Amino acid sequence: MSAVLASEQELSTPERGVWLTLTRDIKLAMRSKGELAQALAFFIIVVSLFPLAIGPESAVLKRIAAGVVWVCALLAVMLTLPRLFQSDYVDGTLEQLALSPYPLPLLCAGKMLAHWLSTGLPLAMVAPVLGLQFGLDASELLVMVAGLLIGTPVLTMLGAIGAALVLGVRGGSILMALLVLPLYIPVLIFGAGAVEASLAGIDATANLSLLAAMLLFGLVTTPFAAAAAVKISLD
Amino acid sequence: MSLFKYSAPSSFYPLAGRLVPWFGTLAFLLAVGGLYLGLFVAPEDYQQGEVYRIIFIHVPSAWMGMFIYLVMAMYALLALVYQTRLSAMMMEALAPTGMMFTALALWTGALWGKPTWGTYWVWDARMTSTLILLFLYVGYMALVNAIDDKKRADKAGALLVLVGSINVPIIYFSVKWWNTLHQGASVSLTQGNKMAATMLAGMLIMALACWMYSIAVALCRVRAIILERELHAAWVKDIREVRT
Amino acid sequence: MSAAILEGRDLGLARGVKQLFSGLSFAVGSGHALVLRGPNGVGKTSLLRVLAGLTEADAGEVWVRAKPTQRLSAASRSAMLYIGHANALKDDFTAAENLTDQLALDANPASAGQQLEALKVVGLFERRDVLTRRLSQGQKRRIGLARLHLSRGAAHKRVWLLDEPTNALDGDGSALFLQIVDAHLAEGGVAVIATHLPMALSGKVDEMHMREIV
Repeated sequence: MSAVLASEQELSTPERGVWLTLTRDIKLAMRSKGELAQALAFFIIVVSLFPLAIGPESAVLKRIAAGVVWVCALLAVMLTLPRLFQSDYVDGTLEQLALSPYPLPLLCAGKMLAHWLSTGLPLAMVAPVLGLQFGLDASELLVMVAGLLIGTPVLTMLGAIGAALVLGVRGGSILMALLVLPLYIPVLIFGAGAVEASLAGIDATANLSLLAAMLLFGLVTTPFAAAAAVKISLD
Repeated sequence: MSLFKYSAPSSFYPLAGRLVPWFGTLAFLLAVGGLYLGLFVAPEDYQQGEVYRIIFIHVPSAWMGMFIYLVMAMYALLALVYQTRLSAMMMEALAPTGMMFTALALWTGALWGKPTWGTYWVWDARMTSTLILLFLYVGYMALVNAIDDKKRADKAGALLVLVGSINVPIIYFSVKWWNTLHQGASVSLTQGNKMAATMLAGMLIMALACWMYSIAVALCRVRAIILERELHAAWVKDIREVRT
Repeated sequence: MSAAILEGRDLGLARGVKQLFSGLSFAVGSGHALVLRGPNGVGKTSLLRVLAGLTEADAGEVWVRAKPTQRLSAASRSAMLYIGHANALKDDFTAAENLTDQLALDANPASAGQQLEALKVVGLFERRDVLTRRLSQGQKRRIGLARLHLSRGAAHKRVWLLDEPTNALDGDGSALFLQIVDAHLAEGGVAVIATHLPMALSGKVDEMHMREIV
């Protein structure tokens, strides 16, 4: 059942806020599946450009595979970031989110989760196919997918802060890239590093653990930062 | 009388005006002294020859680039928690200087790299993280310039710098990790052979000079920002340079 | 005079170099409506946004039930219902889905049956499963009316902040709006309405005329 306002102040189940925006954004995403497919197609096409630019030499391709896939995943996620808040900002829903009795950080967390489910997760799912094109073998592919699964939520979470800050600002999407890409560097390093480690026959758990640490740290901090950014942009 | 009195732009403006010449003069004197020590007194390095003397600019610049970002993060915290307008203005005033020093550190690093490593750019940990620091400055300045509403620009910039400053150690660590993994350059600009006392003294004096310069320039700039923002406030109409 | 539910105390706001208002104080009691009037650009919308907590005032405080409230604090958020120029509707949702979604965000416990009832009241029952992108401006506005209808009285978001609520509504729609607001006031609610049209509310109505500050 839905939460009830006991008095004028207390909300009995604030955590429902996460579920609320999560289901809502997933439902919206499912109604415009074309948009979901676009990001995925972008990812696949850009990754496929590299062998064409560099040449089909398998040793070289194997060497650059992790970097290429990760950089392209970074860009694909970044291109979808406006989806997080932009349409809600334009149609007035973002104001209603800020005014909801549910805490805004929880509502933002739900939106981030929905964004990851509709972008990061599909990217991680198609990545093995692309890895095969670059000649990676099963164990390396596994590490790559694991890295993407842990790392792409961090991209969404950091990106949400940038996406909220540039709402309604001219030159929004390029500006957002300037803000967000430097913050993405550690994810890129550890994510690509994990695959390179396994290519070199070293255990990749160190890289993956560092990614996981960033994920945990992001989970408890970024919803608050994103909520603060939303409030700043509505002012 | 308390220090908080000066957190109001109207009382900080004249104070800053009185301080600028002092810091400016100090910066000039220290720079002359530091450069004299560095360029004429300090002995030639037996490994690198005269080329090493670029550290008298390079190292202080790199320090200042990092340090100014830290100071900005502190102001960001003040701006967000206590909502002091002046803190945000100080951030805006500091950013170009921080960016300049960061760029200078990269430039001088490249100039030093050519004769020493045989190439202008090496992806060593220090150079790479300095480059990323430059990106962070660029992002901040781009964001603040893109937002028309000053109140919003202040807060958005402060939040961005705060998020950035939390990320700086993570970025630095990740770059070092990446660097050791890839076995980059082994010679570093700052460490290695033992430094002569005069070298160290010259470098520290130059660092102090850069520091004073940054304060002087930031105060100058913040005065301009205050005037621009408070153009229509009553107190601005009464100051000498506006009246005449 | 009943205790004030919503108060503005010494509110001041500037946008850019233009001072919109300063030293603005008022109180609205239970069952009262405050109608904001004044020419375009005088700051009616900004005042509503300040009261809602969306915009931060340069000076002054907003009090709810005789307590000062922080901008967007829990107390403020559970009291304020704001409907601005934008309808906050998703084009890809149906009318019924949009209503459900808005009420869920408001933490309003209205049941599915009550929601259908409300859609009937505002005349959208037949079109409830039509995607919102195919509805007219007036029909979109009516979804907001259904939300208001289910938020009447003192139990839910008690303070209504409405910005030109009758925009795009036809004669019937405007009359319906007045009925809903009257019911809200009669049940102990509070409303602040910015409008340039006559508001024939039957309850207790105060008017505030805002003027340009030079």
